[in-house]
Amino acid sequence: MADDPQSRFEIVAREDFSDATYLLEVRHPLMARAARPGQFVIVMSHEHGERIPLTIADYDREEGTITLVIQAVGKSTREMQQTCTVGTHLYGMVGPMGMPSPLGKAKKVLCVGGGLGVAPIYPQMKGFKEAGAYVIAVIGFRTKSLVFWQEKFEACCDELILCTDDGSAGVEGRVTTGMELAIAKHPDIDECVAIGPPIMMKGAAEVTRPHGIKTMVSLNPVMIDGTGMCGGCRVKVGDTVKFACVDGPDFDGHKVDFDDLMARLGRFSSQEKAAMKRWSDECRMAKPVSPAGGKE
Amino acid sequence: MARKKTIRTIPQERTPVSEQDPKERVTNFEEVSHRYSQEDALLESDRCLMCPEQPCVAGCPVGINIPGFIQKINDKDYRGAYDVITATNLLPAICGRVCPQETQCEGVCTVGDTLEPVAIGRLERFVGDMAINAGWANVPYIEPVPFRIGIVGAGPAGMACAADMAKAGCEVTVYEAFHQSGGVLRYGIPEFRLPNPVIDAEMGNLEKLGVTFECNTLVGRLFSIEQMIDELGFHAVFIGTGAGYPSMLGVPGDSLNGVLSANELLTRCNLMHAREFPNYDTPMPPARRVAVVGAGNTAMDAMRVCLRLGAEEVYCVYRRSRIEAPARAEEVHHAEEEGVRFKWLTNPVEVLGDDEGGVRAMRCVRMELGEPDDSGRRRPVPVAGSEHDIEVDLVVVAIGTNANPIIGQTSKLALNKWGYIEADEHLATSMPGVFAGGDIVTGAATVIEAMGAGRKAARSMKHYLGIRDVDAPYFVDGADTLFGIDLRERNFVRVRVPA
Ligand SMILES: Cc1cc2nc3c(=O)[nH]c(=O)nc-3n(C[C@H](O)[C@H](O)[C@H](O)COP(=O)(O)OP(=O)(O)OC[C@H]3O[C@@H](n4cnc5c(N)ncnc54)[C@H](O)[C@@H]3O)c2cc1C
Ligand SMILES: Cc1cc2nc3c(=O)[nH]c(=O)nc-3n(C[C@H](O)[C@H](O)[C@H](O)COP(=O)(O)OP(=O)(O)OC[C@H]3O[C@@H](n4cnc5c(N)ncnc54)[C@H](O)[C@@H]3O)c2cc1C
Ligand code: SF4
Ligand code: FES
Repeated sequence: MADDPQSRFEIVAREDFSDATYLLEVRHPLMARAARPGQFVIVMSHEHGERIPLTIADYDREEGTITLVIQAVGKSTREMQQTCTVGTHLYGMVGPMGMPSPLGKAKKVLCVGGGLGVAPIYPQMKGFKEAGAYVIAVIGFRTKSLVFWQEKFEACCDELILCTDDGSAGVEGRVTTGMELAIAKHPDIDECVAIGPPIMMKGAAEVTRPHGIKTMVSLNPVMIDGTGMCGGCRVKVGDTVKFACVDGPDFDGHKVDFDDLMARLGRFSSQEKAAMKRWSDECRMAKPVSPAGGKE
Repeated sequence: MARKKTIRTIPQERTPVSEQDPKERVTNFEEVSHRYSQEDALLESDRCLMCPEQPCVAGCPVGINIPGFIQKINDKDYRGAYDVITATNLLPAICGRVCPQETQCEGVCTVGDTLEPVAIGRLERFVGDMAINAGWANVPYIEPVPFRIGIVGAGPAGMACAADMAKAGCEVTVYEAFHQSGGVLRYGIPEFRLPNPVIDAEMGNLEKLGVTFECNTLVGRLFSIEQMIDELGFHAVFIGTGAGYPSMLGVPGDSLNGVLSANELLTRCNLMHAREFPNYDTPMPPARRVAVVGAGNTAMDAMRVCLRLGAEEVYCVYRRSRIEAPARAEEVHHAEEEGVRFKWLTNPVEVLGDDEGGVRAMRCVRMELGEPDDSGRRRPVPVAGSEHDIEVDLVVVAIGTNANPIIGQTSKLALNKWGYIEADEHLATSMPGVFAGGDIVTGAATVIEAMGAGRKAARSMKHYLGIRDVDAPYFVDGADTLFGIDLRERNFVRVRVPA
């Protein structure tokens, strides 16, 4: 296990789904063995970098790899889009963090992933499928060109409902539209899992609430250590305050205070904007880079 | 030896140490206290009475031979002084800086009955720093024993245990969740009190002993304590994961964006270098007027960090009075010099928000001390009608921590009712071969107590593994042969060869 540091956290594969979404496969045999659906890692791409949490989107115990699917939204994730090419190494990757999702004894499950939540829902869906449940997946994207992993989902679930905001592929509408369709067809769904931007998870929880379907959501507050030490990731669930990194990240969607979560996600927005601007100015000064980043 | 000293013949004044001017130092992260020069150290060493009953040694949680090393300084045998200290304490440059000496060795020093006590901490730091600058390290030749030891957490408790087990000849691996080792020394205590190069140098000594550090490893999640014993082949395991899990205020407005724990503030600033944002990517919350709730070391550090980051006004809000403040006296004094405004006997009841989810003010009540509570301290009670608002845009919470839950969540170890790991007087846990110590057993304490626990656990571990503890190896000055035999060649009894 005492790997040569040079060979640690090597990126062994990369795929670009669109100009904003990319996949990295990182070598970490021990973690591939330990990972469970619902867990995440914290990555530092270089010594001066931020610690950024990313959901484990898949893991391969034989190959010893961890799959991450990343949306380039700010400085760190865009910088990684440029620098993380096959054969390079992350400065650090720690995990698997968080409690594994409780894959209960549900017989019929609705798995909902929207935008950056599409990849993270995959291991949970697979977990439910392996536990013998009937799985209906709803995945949503803004438009057809952003769609990825459709076949991977189809190969693993019993029914797939693909939604796009503009109707360019699958059902027109947001994932909530797809969820309504699924619930209408299957009144006996006994559990729902929804992952995506907070506003989407909030909407999804409202869809299932009147039907009394238990709904788990995976929260993504700003984190630093991911070990329960800083309290930066605290979220309100019912009457209690929880630390998402050690008590979650999965919580009962009907109890989560999403407005609080969304307000807290804006904690550092002015600094994030400044960092982004400074970084893109620097990039413009430097040699031109291909917009899709360091594609192989 | 010179004639016997008495309280009348020793230098009466404690040798002062120069400090950065408060006005200057609040603008930087350079160290606040300078160290003794050789002349200072010699002068101060003259103040030690070499008491036969050695109260200071009893006052030291790890029992450093204090008059012993002070005598060596007095003899100008600085290397000898270092050897004396490191026989019990591996990290003098750290402990000399952060130990609460006034309640430990210096608190019971005989000289202190009449005059100011001997400046034991400053002398220890003098020796530790000299060792770092001169590159001394007591690296013994170690007879290997066929045992593998796993240490969880690279804080002071884990490091002390690692050092002792490595010296006993074991193969030691330390697992740390963060990307750097040091625990609170690295992420909590700011650089103006404990510069990173000092931590690096002391860690380097551990590496010279053959200890391997594996950072980025979250034990419990990547592998469990049970797996360390059953699958990874460790013969014994020490858990020193520290406290953590900060308490928040639990008043309305607690989750506003301008409210954060001192741990978060300090981790961002120290470990993640947010003070150098945007050269480092981690941001810091903007702060013009700050209220820090609490009056422990953590609170003092948070206040002094905020001042250095440019806050104009920093308040310390504490529900008891100054004498009950748990921070080291020196830290309170330093904070005061730097301009922190103390609001003793004051307690927050609500944090008031602005329109953008930030903080506008903190509503407080005044407190008065009532009847003594179970701890014997007078219980603070709110004064009716004393509500008032303190205008601030950042609230930092430093009111204590709870047990970190990860090891408890992922192992069958017995925990006490507060979630700390249950350990007996030998620091053995409920699982054979697994020992625990430091903040994760006692709750938040001190660096030296955590190190003491690490060493105690190491003794129990050796006992458990059947390793005979040779605490007094041969000293072979400068030689790497003994009786003509190459020390590195043979399995000698543990022999110490100064590097
Ligand atoms: C448990 C968890 C799992 C996640 N999984 C994924 C994933 O699989 N794929 C993915 O693309 N993203 C994921 N995220 C979000 C991802 O961590 C952030 O997008 C990333 O940190 C943004 O960094 P940036 O510098 O590029 O953007 P910034 O400009 O810094 O921020 C953009 C947005 O990201 C949020 N953010 C910033 N820093 C953090 C942080 N340290 N922790 C959490 N959020 C932050 C901010 O609220 C901000 O609105 C996850 C977050 C959490 C907490
Ligand atoms: C801001 C601050 C200032 C302080 N100032 C002083 C002072 O001046 N003097 C003094 O004597 N004391 C001081 N203290 C207290 C002192 O630092 C602690 O008592 C001491 O560090 C405890 O040591 P420890 O080894 O038990 O734990 P820690 O120092 O907390 O180290 C624990 C380590 O374990 C790691 N870890 C946790 N969980 C896992 C896991 N599951 N797997 C792997 N690694 C893990 C953590 O990341 C951490 O590095 C201060 C504390 C704070 C917070
Ligand atoms: S108690 Fe004070 S004077 Fe006596 S030996 Fe210790 S340091 Fe010296
Ligand atoms: S990220 Fe620090 S406590 Fe959760």
